Amino acid sequence: MKWETVIGLEVHTQLATKSKIFSGSSTAFGAAPNTQASAVDIALPGVLPVLNRGAVECAIKFALAIGANLNRVNVFDRKNYFYPDLPKGYQISQLAKPIVEGGALKIQVGDSERTINLTRAHMEEDAGKSLHEDFHGMTGIDLNRAGTPLLEIVSEPEMRSSAEAVAYARALHTLVTWIGICDGNMQEGSFRVDANVSVRPVGQAEFGTRREIKNLNSFRFLQQAIDYEVRWQIETLEDGGRIEQATVLFDPDTGETRMMRSKEDAHDYRYFPDPDLLPVRLDEDWIEAVRATLPELPAAMQARFQRDYGVSAYDAAVLTGSRALADYFEAAAKACGQGKLAANWVMGELSAALNKAELDIAQSPVSAARLGTLIARIQDGTLSGKLARQVFEGLWEGAGEVDAIIEARGLKQMSDSGELEKIVDEVLAANPKSVEEFRSGKEKAFNALVGQVMKASRGKANPAQVNELLKAKLQ
Amino acid sequence: MSLTPDDVKRIARLARIETSDAEAQATQAQLNSIFDLIATMQAVDTRGVSPMAHAQEVYQRLRDDVVTETDRHAAFQAVAPAVENGLYLVPKVIE
Repeated sequence: MKWETVIGLEVHTQLATKSKIFSGSSTAFGAAPNTQASAVDIALPGVLPVLNRGAVECAIKFALAIGANLNRVNVFDRKNYFYPDLPKGYQISQLAKPIVEGGALKIQVGDSERTINLTRAHMEEDAGKSLHEDFHGMTGIDLNRAGTPLLEIVSEPEMRSSAEAVAYARALHTLVTWIGICDGNMQEGSFRVDANVSVRPVGQAEFGTRREIKNLNSFRFLQQAIDYEVRWQIETLEDGGRIEQATVLFDPDTGETRMMRSKEDAHDYRYFPDPDLLPVRLDEDWIEAVRATLPELPAAMQARFQRDYGVSAYDAAVLTGSRALADYFEAAAKACGQGKLAANWVMGELSAALNKAELDIAQSPVSAARLGTLIARIQDGTLSGKLARQVFEGLWEGAGEVDAIIEARGLKQMSDSGELEKIVDEVLAANPKSVEEFRSGKEKAFNALVGQVMKASRGKANPAQVNELLKAKLQ
Repeated sequence: MSLTPDDVKRIARLARIETSDAEAQATQAQLNSIFDLIATMQAVDTRGVSPMAHAQEVYQRLRDDVVTETDRHAAFQAVAPAVENGLYLVPKVIE
């Protein structure tokens, strides 16, 4: 039987505010345990939550960036459950009237583009952390994270492969960091993904029973977890088994998912509107003021890059992978006036060098302006591709400006045809055997001669010119 | 709508309230009288009245995104039953 995979993602993004969503405690990562947990965060009796304007603004920015509806009046609810790292016994969240509904995100998988619709996004507070290492058989609780503002972003179940799920998660990650509402640090838990996964026979209209994989904190784990889960579900069904709705965890060491709890003893959260918080109202002036702070968005920039610089849809998607990368590309492209060539260099030579050195684009030793100059020197014929790579190495090592490196290292492409002709003549005289072979019809011999000329010119000859001259001489 | 003794037991368990059978029975009667009240209200014609999340038409005040709290964990932890290295210690919980 042919199976179809159905995936929906819930992403918890930690909002980049200085203080918590309902208290004035710091949200800075890595402080000593419980030093950033105030009376509100640890739920001492009598405290009241006061909503952080900055957190609401983050949600407004997100809604505007994905073209979603902003509920002008939205409401906080209590989600009730008991766990030691949730000191109030409930989490303040939004159920019936979330701040954001709808919206869509474009994703690029290989050469094809898809639009994934979003269901909703709501504000809520994070819980604290439970440390299960051995504290004399007890569990340690750190409430620094309790009350950190989150935006939970829920997609429609519209993804049909792990590759699409990863592309969506990446696009979302790019967007939230691009508009500055989340630092995107996955190791620190600022961007956590839950994947709802089910399978169904191709052609069946109803969804299969889903299982939810919790807390995936890397794109690689997301892919591995979904691939494993899909295989497991298909095997279970083909062996005549049934899928029970359940929450599962992914174990990166074994690459497997395992059941955390079945839905039978799933929580009944008994949501109700939080009487401590009034409905939140967003007025138009505020929304417009926030809109004015938004940068050009990735999708708009992709379209512009294709239009203005003639790059492909795929290249435009790669180049807008982060704001820093997009800004770099654009600066380089403007400096040389060669968009396509700039794209090739940024995604090729530069990205490879950065990857190898484990550097971010923002830390690139080669500035966009210098890369632009380098590309301009290829365009005006001063450098061949090969020589340009040598200049690039010089730039990478910090040897100064492009023209200075070309000068100092004698990397200029040979433009004097008299000089080249002399070399060609010498090579022909020194290689009578190759000349003979070529004349008797061996094409390979021609390439050998080109190679000899390039070698004799120490790579500085223009390969096209060499071809031309050799052909003329051999006729 | 009225609640059965099992409903009451289940609600009590969700709220982590230990309830004897006698208490459950008494609570069942009280809760059911609340449901009677709700039934009476539901009989009111509310067409043309938009749903509300709060009884008054007032909206949430917001605070600026500024850190105003200082570290007071020593004072807070003075009343905690068990602490170590700044952590609150609780009976072991395993997911």
